[in-house]
Amino acid sequence: MNQPNKGFSIREMIETNKKKKYSTTNVFDKVMPFLLFLSAFVSVVTTVGIAFTLGFELFKFFERVPVAEFLGSTEWYPLSADQRFGVWALVMGTLQITVIAMIVAVPLGLASAIYLSEYASERARTILKPILEVLAGVPTIVFGFFALSFVTPILQALIPGLQIYNALSPGIVVGIMIIPMIASISEDSMSAVPKKIRDGALGLGATRLEVAIKVVMPAALSGIIASIVLGMSRAIGETMIVTIAGGSQPNFEFNPLNAIQTMTAYIVQIAKGDAGYGTIEYYSIYAVGALLFIFTLVMNLFANWVTRRFREEY
Amino acid sequence: MALPNSEFKNTKNLMDRASVSQRIKRRLQLNEIFKYVFLAGLVFALLVLSTLIYDVVSKGGGWVNLDFLRNFPSRRPEQAGLYPALIGSLWLMMLIVPMVFIVGVGAAIYLEEYAPKNRVTSFIEVNISNLAGVPSIVFGLLGLTIFVRIMELGNSIMAGALTLGLMSLPIVIVASQEALRSVKMELRHASLALGASKWQTTFNVVLPSAIPGIITGIILAVSRAIGETAPLIMVGAATFISTTPSSVFSDFTALPIQIYNWTSRPQAEFQNLAAAGIIVLMTMLIIMNSAAIYIRNKYTNRH
Repeated sequence: MNQPNKGFSIREMIETNKKKKYSTTNVFDKVMPFLLFLSAFVSVVTTVGIAFTLGFELFKFFERVPVAEFLGSTEWYPLSADQRFGVWALVMGTLQITVIAMIVAVPLGLASAIYLSEYASERARTILKPILEVLAGVPTIVFGFFALSFVTPILQALIPGLQIYNALSPGIVVGIMIIPMIASISEDSMSAVPKKIRDGALGLGATRLEVAIKVVMPAALSGIIASIVLGMSRAIGETMIVTIAGGSQPNFEFNPLNAIQTMTAYIVQIAKGDAGYGTIEYYSIYAVGALLFIFTLVMNLFANWVTRRFREEY
Repeated sequence: MALPNSEFKNTKNLMDRASVSQRIKRRLQLNEIFKYVFLAGLVFALLVLSTLIYDVVSKGGGWVNLDFLRNFPSRRPEQAGLYPALIGSLWLMMLIVPMVFIVGVGAAIYLEEYAPKNRVTSFIEVNISNLAGVPSIVFGLLGLTIFVRIMELGNSIMAGALTLGLMSLPIVIVASQEALRSVKMELRHASLALGASKWQTTFNVVLPSAIPGIITGIILAVSRAIGETAPLIMVGAATFISTTPSSVFSDFTALPIQIYNWTSRPQAEFQNLAAAGIIVLMTMLIIMNSAAIYIRNKYTNRH
């Protein structure tokens, strides 16, 4: 019965709506995806901005200081009359902090992760995990204050001859800062190991400890390695703790009892002072920053690669 | 079913009952010991956290009062306060939140709802995860060159907010993506089946259901940004300032900068002031984080 429809027909409505090319709905549907793409593209622009900034100023730095000196010398005296720019002195400071931090963070972080994923009851987990998250949320300036005003005096009482500014105290505190990161990433990957595998091992008579060490940890190895590498990358890039408690004496020797200067602390020292725009010191912070960026980028890419390449699929 | 003794005697040179049971005992002991070793690792972290809080409160607790919140910094510790720093941090927050909300959520919507599965998309994703790992001080160098010098914003609040905003962006994007991903496909299909367009569905159906997760992510990211010191030092936040900011282009200081300034002075009184400043900063962060956790718990599993 093809009765002419005078009042209301959905089919007609759809037809007329299709013809209205510039209705608000249509315009939004055309324009919004593009605007959203632009906001996603901001992250790419940021990366390009970082590369451009560091590269450009690095170039200006190398116009004034030869690459061979920067990468080949171990003396860093940017503020003396006879300026020296051997970056290894700063890298050594960063290396000391990273090594000490890892000695603290890896055992404690992994122990926390194993306890949370293999031993803790569901109730204990819901209480303990948020506390770890709180530790992860403490600003680094607070950890810096803690290192200088609490950890250093204790260490000085224990170790005679320890300077006020040293590598040991900030190293330990950076390690404490990283514990939650290693613990939570490792715990995630250990919890992802299927219960079946654990039950199999337990059924064969293994103890919980043996299950944790010989079954779960190997299965979760990619996540554990990634957590450690990401933790190292955080330690390398950490700024305020080492600026406050590490001192400002770059030197190329591995002695955690002496004052040091890390790459990050040097950048802060120059930025905070009045190094005028265009001086060699000003450009040197970009050179150090570029090296820092490359170190952390390589480690982050490596962590991503390990996670993807060696992930165990069940 | 116990085996007869005689059979055991036959297998004696294969398995010694006593040594086996001793071995099992040792393994169980080791298991028991290590349970507490692992627990000790976790307890140590918690112990440090409580020591840190105790240390800060015992040093700075007596210094936090209304005058401390209302006064300007001073060379005389007993008159010093952090009013401009507090205001500076609030300004920063007011600028960062809309920035990361619009750009971060926009990026997340694009990646989750619109992006085709191609190389450009996966490049953007990899790029975001790498940006999340860039040290904050490198963002500071970026801010110093691009915002302070090239865009000539000077050592202004705007330069600081833009720098911190870019730094928080990856966290906001990832959190928002997770929130959008958890919205059920049925909801989108139902909306589309009723004749809503793609954008109408995204804006009126998907976004509202994802908003609690998005807000939680933004609060957590901004509370990270507010506690950051290094990027603000790079863009030249002032350590001493005698006026509160009048616009987004004013010079400014912020709580972490003020705390850093007091920390680097040798006198004990200034150390206490730093501790008092930390109490104020941590209180702000705890309030923000509690709000985030409250929102997360209140709205999870609703859809």
